This record gives sequence, structure tokens and C-alpha cells, in this order.
Amino acid sequence: MSTTAHDTPQSLALDPATRLALYRTMVLARTFEEAVLREYHADKGPGFDIGKGLVPGEMHLAAGQEPVAAGVCAHLTGDDAVTATHRPHHFAIAHGVDLDKMTAEIFGRETGLGRGRGGHMHLFDPTVHFSCSGIIAEGYPPALGQAYAFKQKGTGRVAVAVTGEGAANQGAFHESLNLAALWQLPVVFVVEDNDWAISVPRDASTSVPSNASRGAAYNMPAERVENDVEAIYAAADRAVARARAGQGPTLLEVHTVRLWGHFEGDAQGYRPELADVPSMDPIPRYEQRLRDEGVLDDAVIARTRQEAQARVEQAIAFAKDSPVPDPATASSYVFS
Amino acid sequence: MTITETPTQETGHGSHRLTTAKAMVEAIELEMERDPSVFYLGEDVGPYGGIFSSTAGLQERFGKDRVIDTPISESAFIGLAIGAAVEGMRPIAELMFADFMGVCLDQIYNHMAKIHFESGGNVKVPMVLTTAVGGGYSDGAQHSQCLWGTFAHLPGMKVVVPSNPYDAKGLMISAIRDDNPVVYMFHKGVMGLPWMVKNPRATGDVPDGPYSVPIGEAAVVREGSDATVVTLSLSVHHALDAAESLAGQGIDAEVIDLRSLVPLDRETILRSVSKTGRLVVVDEDYQSFGLSGEVSATITDVDPSMLRSPVARVCNPDTPVPYAHALEYAVLPRQDRIEAAIHRVVRA
Repeated sequence: MSTTAHDTPQSLALDPATRLALYRTMVLARTFEEAVLREYHADKGPGFDIGKGLVPGEMHLAAGQEPVAAGVCAHLTGDDAVTATHRPHHFAIAHGVDLDKMTAEIFGRETGLGRGRGGHMHLFDPTVHFSCSGIIAEGYPPALGQAYAFKQKGTGRVAVAVTGEGAANQGAFHESLNLAALWQLPVVFVVEDNDWAISVPRDASTSVPSNASRGAAYNMPAERVENDVEAIYAAADRAVARARAGQGPTLLEVHTVRLWGHFEGDAQGYRPELADVPSMDPIPRYEQRLRDEGVLDDAVIARTRQEAQARVEQAIAFAKDSPVPDPATASSYVFS
Repeated sequence: MTITETPTQETGHGSHRLTTAKAMVEAIELEMERDPSVFYLGEDVGPYGGIFSSTAGLQERFGKDRVIDTPISESAFIGLAIGAAVEGMRPIAELMFADFMGVCLDQIYNHMAKIHFESGGNVKVPMVLTTAVGGGYSDGAQHSQCLWGTFAHLPGMKVVVPSNPYDAKGLMISAIRDDNPVVYMFHKGVMGLPWMVKNPRATGDVPDGPYSVPIGEAAVVREGSDATVVTLSLSVHHALDAAESLAGQGIDAEVIDLRSLVPLDRETILRSVSKTGRLVVVDEDYQSFGLSGEVSATITDVDPSMLRSPVARVCNPDTPVPYAHALEYAVLPRQDRIEAAIHRVVRA
């Protein structure tokens, strides 16, 4: 089945357990990023020194984009692959990356996913085939190779490759779509369109209003959906099923929202709608909908938040209690 | 220093004569037979057999699923090799000319070369990136570069550069079996191609069956006592010609074929220069910030007094490779310039 940006995607009637699971994933991702935000800014002063503190370096948080990760990864198992972007935490959490090790990596600890060599833009968890890249669009080509390996093994596994809408103007994006369609690789290409390539709006950088229309250039089914976790879930269901069935790749664009800056410290002076942004938060909206439809009540909401909080605090504590890498080992792991 | 997972082993009893290109192909064929996870992909590697004959006959033998013609999309297919390697396959991806690295460099140095490090050693990328290098046939500034210094400068990939059929086969087998990304750079002038200048050293005896040449071990290809010439690839042939010519004048030059840039066999260089006291570095790549500086520093970092005369460097003089024959030969490190350099260090 092929749809275009102009079609209205069909929704699935979701059972309460699935809806609750989607909600929980989003809450966990948000809770995690709120905690990272707190820890990140704790020791950056006086003034703002990006290299200072327990969590040094650039920090790109995905608040507002949780529905994309939750809706897509709900269809995956740890045998499927995800290549995420420089803004990776929500996808990592939704795909089941080890939260303790991921947090330790962000804190630059020896117990981290990359033993403190990677950092928050370079998270690798081979147990669930997760990776991400700090270079936009460049996570797409390796996903082709994972999909190729899955296809050769005939296992029905899929690879999900994520970019932002700014990255959709990179050559690697287009090369990857062409090759995946040509070889009918089991890939789902996800574009998170949060309207902003750092500070440049989509209409100042992209020649088409919707990247989903670009699927036609590669003879690839494509959909564009809004930042509604159930709409994303439904579209991803179609895309993943297509890939698992050997019917090739799908391009799925989600018009999402970046609630916070491109990176922490970004004052977002370029963003005229800034005052309205908090109202675009998808989590309270979904919470209200589930409450209205009788799936959630105050007790479930409170318990979900508490569980997420406890899980995140455990991960933060694990990271803080972990040793920093020995400087004498700085050149370890260049080669195996 | 030698870093390789596979010890040298020679299982063949006989030998046969092959060109470097055919020796490469034989290595790939043997490994594809042995290991079903090995596959080859690149532009024109199928029925054409590789523009420089690096895959001749392989698709006929192993089919389109294991020897794959790709679109002209280097980022996509080199990245594909990376992802497949991460998932446990052993891809060989061919970048037709090293000069084209610019269109896909991110996949090479930010992804292929860094994933193992960034993952703290948890993810391996066991792939080979093959690519053709070098000039001498008037192909101009975008198709004649060596650039191995660039690959070697960027950490995380081994870099091997064979100069003859024996090493081409053994290094290819080592590269395929290595758990790290290995860049395998072959000079068009050593391949023994029917449509290029005939180079007698491009054909040689190659043992039957599989064997490996350790990655990171230089070879002393000519022993001598008066000066050490450190070089690689096609320049090994020019250096040997120069050494033979100088032997008639009473100058006895030792010639070292590096074979690997990463890891660099510094011990063999040091051992030779401690004997001869004189060093000439020959490099078809650009001079500045490259191999010749690194090899020279290998001596000066340890003991500058080892040198009885200043180091001579015979390199491309930081000039894009010109098209016109006379101009191109003026920048290439050929026999005449090497001979002059050896004279210089011996007489100083």
C-alpha cells in the first residue's frame, strides 16, 4: 500500500495496554531528559561554560519528539536495528538501550556504553543494534548495511534510520533512499521534521513542503503524519510490516516539535513562535486524551511518572557512582 | 609492531606466476570460498571486473549477490559495508579511485574508522576498503593522487599498500580476516594491467593456496650498507632500479618496502638506518605533513645522531598532479630523482 503526503493515514484502533505502553515510553524519555537537563546545567556556571560540569560538551535534547520514537520503536524488537541522530535519547530509550550504561556514557564514565569514549551523540548498544551519529544524514548509509545483512540472513529483521528534516537535504539521504529502493532493503527511513535545522526554518532550506513527497523520486511508499503518537504508530506499523515482508523501504516523515533549543544554551532568538511552543507539548495532550477516553486516571499517571522518575534517578546514580576512565587508557580501543 | 589476528601461514606447496591484479583477485576468491560472510561491492566490479581488474571473474564465480555492482553512490555503499560489517559480515567495498574519497569521506573517517573507538571496543567493523591510487599515465589532478597519507593520518583504519603480487595476495587475505577496517590501496602502475606501461615487477611468483602477509611488517627488499631508502608501492620499483644502477657506481643502497602505513613498522626503519646512517624517503603522495615527515621523525624522535647526513625526501612537491606528460613526470618520484637523492645523502 502506498500513500502520499496528501492522503489521510489510517489509524489503528489501539488496545489500552498498547496506548499505555506508548505513554510510558514517552514519559520515561521526557523524565530522562529533564534529569539530564538538570545535571547538565548544575555546574556550568558562573557564566556558561559548555565544557564544565558532570555532563560536559554539547547537549541536544529531544523533548517534544518522543511520539516519533515511541510510535516507531513499538514495532521493533532488540533484533531490529536503529540508527539515530545527534539527538538520540528518545530513540535509544524507546528501543531499549541499557539506560544505566547510556547515562554513564553521557556522564563520560568507564561503565558507559562506549566506556566514556563516545558521549551523548555517539551511543552504541550492540545488544539491541542501536547506534547514532553526530553527522547529519550519515546514519542512513550504515542502516542500509544492517538491512542488507538482515535480508541476506532471511530473518525478517528491519533497520530504522532516523534523520531530521535538515538532513534530508544531504547527499547521503538521497543516495540511501535510492539504493534501498533499488535493492528493496528492509529499511524504514524516519524523518523528524521539527521545522528547524538548528536556526534555519524548513521553508528556507527545503524545496518541497514535505519530505514525504521525495519518496516518489525513489519509487518508495511515503507518508507524512503529525506529532500524534497513535498516528505515528499506525504509519510505522505499515512501514515495518512492509519491510518485514520483503516489500522494501518506506519513508515516514513526522511533523514533530522541538520544545527546547537546538542544544542547551541555545536562546532561540530566531524562533518567532517561541511563546507558543510549550502548548505544542505532545505528552500532556496525549495524557489528556487517554484520561478523557478512560485509559488513564490520576493514579496511573502518578504511578507512571513515579516509576519513570525512580528508573531515571537510578541511572543517574549509577552514572555518578561510576569511575571516570583512566587517562592512561585514552588511546585504547582505536583498534581491536 | 605487528597487529594482526592471523599468523603467516603458507599452505600451498607450489607457486604460479600472476600479475598483482590477479593475485588480489585470487585472494578475494579464496576468502569468499572459505567464508560466506565475505562479499564485494563497488562500481563496475561485476561483469566489467573492476576498472583496474581488481574483481575480474568474481561475479561470474560467486553471483550478483556476492559481487555487487552499485550505483555511483559512494557514501551509500561504503556506509552499507560499514553497517553489514557491524552485523558480522565481512564486506569489501571498492572506492574506484582514492581521489573520490571526498564524496564519501564522512563514512570513512567518522564512521568506519571511529565506531570501534566510540563504542569503547564493543562494536567491530571488520571490512576492507579497496581503492586505486597513483599517477604516471596522464589522468590528471583528480585521478592520479595517492592520498595514503590522508587515510593514515586519520585514526582508526589500518592502511596497507602492496607493491607486488606476493604481497597483494597475502595482504588482502590478512585484510579480509582482520577485525578492524583495513584500507587496501593498490597503485595502478603495479597491477600489471594490459593497458598500462609494462612493469616487470608487476608479475611474479605467488604461492598456491591461502597465505597471509602480516599487516604492520615492512620488508627489506634489497639489503645494503650505505643508505636506507624507505618507500612503498610503485616507488619500490623505482627505488630498486635506482639501487641497481648505483651498485655499479659503488653505492650500496638498502630498500625498505613499508607495505603498511598503519601500523607503521618503525623498528625495521630504525634497524636499517642504525646500520646505514643515511635515509632517503620516497613517497608519491604530497610531501608536506605526510609519510616522509613521519618516517624522518621516526629516526629523530629516537636518536638524531643515528643520521650521518640530513634526510632526503623525494616526494610529490605539494602540487596537484599535472596532465601533460613532461609535467607529470617532473612531480613524480622516479628513478632519476631517487638516484640523485641517494647520491646526496651518501656524499654529504
